[in-house]
Amino acid sequence: MAQQIMIDPVTRVEGHAKVSIHLDDNGVVDAAHLHITQFRGFEKLCEGRPFYEMPSLMARVCGICPVSHLVASAKACDAILAVRIPEPAAKLRQIMNLAQIIQSHALSFFHLGSPDLLLGMDSDPAQRNLFGVLQQYPERARDGIRLRQFGQQIIELLGGKRIHPAWIVPGGVNEPLSEERRDQILAATPEALQIVQRTLDWFKRGLDQFREEIQSFANFPSLFMGLVNDSGGLELYDGHIRIVDATGHIVADRLDPTAYQEYIAEAVEPWTYLKYPYYRPVGYPEGIYRVGPLARLNIADHCGTPLADQEWAEFRALQRGAVLSSFYYHYARLVEVLYSIEQIEHLLHAPDILSEHVRASAGPNNAEGIGVSEAPRGTLFHHYKIDAQGLIVWANLIIATGHNNIAMDRGLLQVARHFINGEQISEGALNRVEAVIRAFDPCFSCSTHALGQMPLQVQLLGPNGTLLDEAYRGG
Amino acid sequence: MTKVTLATVWLDGCSGCHMSFLDMDERLLDLMEHAELVYSPLVDLKTFPDMVDVTLVEGAVSSEEDLAKIRKVREHTRILVSLGDCAVTGNVPAMRNLFGVAAITERAYQENVDLHPQVPREVIPALLPHCCPVHEVVNVDVFVPGCPPAADTIFFIVSELVAGRRPDLSGLTRFGA
Repeated sequence: MAQQIMIDPVTRVEGHAKVSIHLDDNGVVDAAHLHITQFRGFEKLCEGRPFYEMPSLMARVCGICPVSHLVASAKACDAILAVRIPEPAAKLRQIMNLAQIIQSHALSFFHLGSPDLLLGMDSDPAQRNLFGVLQQYPERARDGIRLRQFGQQIIELLGGKRIHPAWIVPGGVNEPLSEERRDQILAATPEALQIVQRTLDWFKRGLDQFREEIQSFANFPSLFMGLVNDSGGLELYDGHIRIVDATGHIVADRLDPTAYQEYIAEAVEPWTYLKYPYYRPVGYPEGIYRVGPLARLNIADHCGTPLADQEWAEFRALQRGAVLSSFYYHYARLVEVLYSIEQIEHLLHAPDILSEHVRASAGPNNAEGIGVSEAPRGTLFHHYKIDAQGLIVWANLIIATGHNNIAMDRGLLQVARHFINGEQISEGALNRVEAVIRAFDPCFSCSTHALGQMPLQVQLLGPNGTLLDEAYRGG
Repeated sequence: MTKVTLATVWLDGCSGCHMSFLDMDERLLDLMEHAELVYSPLVDLKTFPDMVDVTLVEGAVSSEEDLAKIRKVREHTRILVSLGDCAVTGNVPAMRNLFGVAAITERAYQENVDLHPQVPREVIPALLPHCCPVHEVVNVDVFVPGCPPAADTIFFIVSELVAGRRPDLSGLTRFGA
């Protein structure tokens, strides 16, 4: 009889994701699943609400990336209004979106990831957190806090509030940017640039220590998907969908994001509230694809800003074709932060950035609207239908983290096979099971919410249910 | 001097209240001079301690797991704080109550699906028939509305509680703040 390792949030007291690892008769790992245990039902609970409430309501999908939901939702509402928003408004939305990429990536890299990277995968779990980093590497921890603060402050300067600002609205944004605030943001960018550059520097120098993790952390061929702009460059706000394969060849290009149902389909499995999107032409589960920072750097021909372009070229030289190890999501995040800071500076210097014309007004002119943008974790789709009064009758969301669901399962399987042997479970093996998930930086709050270190209780049960080994940590 | 012990718990919310907690930025480091974060999604410490001085709860009570968790947390907490509108009123997660669990799972797992439509039920916890605020199931000592409460507000209430005082929140925050 086969065995099962259940990695469960501490006796169901904390944590909303679980992991199960299945062993065959010979004690060899043969399957692994991530179980997402929270479900809120936004696709239904928005029904009957006016469409123009959607950006504010949908921002509440996630407190880590509310701006992404504001952007995708507002774009879907723009489509319902049938307006093309003023160019300065599009630029302002982009700046807020980029600021969010910075704060979210800083959170993922420093607050959640850096304890593994700086203190070590096998370090004492009691110290393996941001405050542990603060004690041993105070400058690094402060850099993380400052970088996240930089992004959050831009969001506050634009929208009046750091989390769930009601500034991005159907038709544009509801307040222009003042000269004073523009200058405040510009004054803060040099420090942020320095932080990300020195972080890239120490991260790249330390990569050699993680050879085993690079090799085993969801390192396999898959498709990669995301938005690119008209020149094939990195794009986070608009553009078209491109899909490349593991060799780096373009499988599909110039796909209309609003026609997503033609190439993305979703499957349900009984063990998780998070659905499994797949590339429709290939089918399930072979149509596995990855999204997010790693995917975006793999699909793009360049970033489009000077410093990020250099880093992008160095990143892509890691491997012929696409960069396949999900460990490199961390690396890609830093390159994207660099790009985002440069791009914010660039946009703030646009001659029309202080324009008073930042919102187009109209009533509902289309019964349906689809909005697509790049969230920190990947491509985000919001799709609404309204009735004659403008009330929502149906909605569909595909959350960035969801696209990576098949890949996260496979990544768990790969790590479990590599680090779990026979009947003993080491603390280091447990942490690596978490760390592969952490590399994807899944926004569980969009589906559940196991922020950072998931507390784990692992039981390895024998064929007749006897306890062979037990390991416990976190939470 | 022994530090005041502090915990944060995350039920059915968006994590925005936890992010606002992090938005204290460098003040977080000052706070940690007087308080120790002993249990939180943000740190990697052992099980929920026998007794915690102050626990901040984000989110509504939505699933069987949330319910079991908050009961246990209440048992082991001196001062329980409902942090944010979801904990205080149910807010957005409780909007599902207008439709019921069957209708929201039908939309997500039967209707908006291409392959294997089914409602997931294995391993994961079942949703409660009625999503509710925290004080509907356990006693709450301090209520902090806001979606999310601002970092300044969180800094104030945590500082007051750490200093052994009950914070006076009047004028500091509001629903939807």
